[in-house]
Amino acid sequence: MKRNRMKVDIASILVLLFAAGAQVTPAQESHIGGITGEATRGRHLYRRYCVGCHGPLGDGRGENAPWVDPKPRDFVTGTFKCRSTPSGELPTDEDLFKSVTRGLVNSNMPPWLPLTEQQRADLVAYVKTFSSRFREEKPSAPVEVPSEPAADQQSIQRGSELYQKMNCWSCHGKEGHGDGPSAQTLVDNRGYPIPPFDFSAGTRFKCGESNQDLYRILMTGLDGTPMPSSSSALTPAQTWDLVHYLRALQINAKYSKASSPPRTGGSVALNKQLVRRPEHADLF
Amino acid sequence: MGTKTRYLHLAAATAIALSATPGSPSRSAAIERKSSAAKAASSGHSEGHEAGTVSGTVRVIGAQTAAARINMAADPACLRIHPTPMMSEEVVTEANGALKNVIVYISNGVGNRSFDPPKEPAVFEQKGCSYSPRVLGMQASQSLQIVNLDPTSHNIHPVPQNNREWNIIQPPGSSPIAETFTREEIIPVRCNVHPWMKGYIAVFKHPYFAITKEDGTFDLKDVPPGEYMIQAWHEKYGVLTQKVTLEGNQTKVLEFVFKP
Ligand code: HEC
Ligand code: HEC
Ligand SMILES: [Cu+2]
Repeated sequence: MKRNRMKVDIASILVLLFAAGAQVTPAQESHIGGITGEATRGRHLYRRYCVGCHGPLGDGRGENAPWVDPKPRDFVTGTFKCRSTPSGELPTDEDLFKSVTRGLVNSNMPPWLPLTEQQRADLVAYVKTFSSRFREEKPSAPVEVPSEPAADQQSIQRGSELYQKMNCWSCHGKEGHGDGPSAQTLVDNRGYPIPPFDFSAGTRFKCGESNQDLYRILMTGLDGTPMPSSSSALTPAQTWDLVHYLRALQINAKYSKASSPPRTGGSVALNKQLVRRPEHADLF
Repeated sequence: MGTKTRYLHLAAATAIALSATPGSPSRSAAIERKSSAAKAASSGHSEGHEAGTVSGTVRVIGAQTAAARINMAADPACLRIHPTPMMSEEVVTEANGALKNVIVYISNGVGNRSFDPPKEPAVFEQKGCSYSPRVLGMQASQSLQIVNLDPTSHNIHPVPQNNREWNIIQPPGSSPIAETFTREEIIPVRCNVHPWMKGYIAVFKHPYFAITKEDGTFDLKDVPPGEYMIQAWHEKYGVLTQKVTLEGNQTKVLEFVFKP
């Protein structure tokens, strides 16, 4: 009986090995600018730098995962937060490259600037092998970011009305402190609690820091989280109004926060993280 | 009302069962026709005169608790729509235990046949800060139309396992959002703005599914003769499975009973 099970186990290991081999065979590549990334090279880098968090199977269950919050990304589902593509779609190679380079603020995902561009491109190619979606689907055209109009008082005022109408405050709070009436109930697609962005916590976001990045964040949403896409709800002009309002909110939220007593240990840790962010903003 | 329809179904089933005794000419004819019906099926799901029906009732017995009131204080716009609190629709039963919003469907036996999705869209409404219907059945690749009839913004956030996960804000007065799902799955849908809003979209590759009505009844129509596994899925009580063999022109009556 016991021996039988052993046999089955060996058989299934063999099957797994073959499957893993087959996974690399359709030579997954990435294309970033003029660089072509190769999954075969990325594999070795992944084993060295990423496996501890993202796990050997890319399912986000590396040995450090239990101590990491938010959890490392599960690459198998093909669901990513930072995209230039509409909600529900795969990210482009460039999107993944930017995430690996920039890291994700307010999380344990570090920036990988010490690696060369070629190495990061190879890693992107390897990350894509974990989900069959990258073989079956193509991301559609990136969201266009039109040029930014003036951030005048009227634009900020219109943006403030949209923040109200679109129920952003339900999660992010009236003053942007991430304490709206629904904030405590939010979970990500794996069931872990996830706090809404606190606009007093800094000017950087997971998916970038420029006004263009912010525009894109509003259009695409952060898939796998409660943060929705506004793409079918806002015109480009309205989206810019909202961007301008959020920038004003960031400043106001910081002051209104400073005058109130510190809240949770969480937000203190969050600030520390922001302080030790490397200064490579200008690169992207 | 529920019991009355059930008896009617029973009567019909017995009548058909009696006329189709084993070895009778009508039965062998049904078997012969099975293969040609299967071939014809890909062109649509009208199986001609030999197709049958699987109908019946779903009930729940024991362990029933009164529905909870929903607190909509998080959004004044929702609160205004419901001066008296809305009750949770997770479990909707009648006195005899008849259970609403159960998806009943063929889980096995349809084989590899493919079916064109219906032309008309499946419609999922946000009405009164609640989903209508709470449980929607649709075919894979059928168009799904999402409508917001409320004076407040909702975010529509399906959380699938096998389909694409997306999450879109729909403010009041916006035009319907058109989407679709391509893989078979029962997908929970959430509005994260209003945590009490819960719905399910069940996606099937075939047209043999139904959602139970208030009286717990369901009808799977136009089912070709064959051997099937039929499942009944409820969001709280889980899944029940029964096997059924359907002869030509037959109506089979099934009863599913959840005993939580
Ligand atoms: C210390 C743990 C840790 C290490 C090491 C790590 N990551 Fe991550 N990674 C994370 C966490 C945590 C997240 C999710 C952050 C979030 O959701 O906010 C993440 C997210 C990602 C994402 C998803 C970005 C998105 O848009 O959703 C990619 C891609 C990624 N990591 C690639 C890598 C690569 C490549 C390496 C190795 C070079 C690596 N990670 C190493 C913790 C880590
Ligand atoms: C249902 C709750 C919810 C609603 C409604 C919502 N958000 Fe968010 N938002 C979140 C959550 C949760 C996060 C954090 C996601 C994460 O950390 O992965 C977030 C993150 C963000 C971020 C930071 C993104 C990043 O890259 O770090 C911005 C900016 C933002 N939201 C703006 C908005 C605006 C503007 C609106 C209204 C149009 C809005 N949100 C509506 C829940 C919500
Ligand atoms: Cu809602």
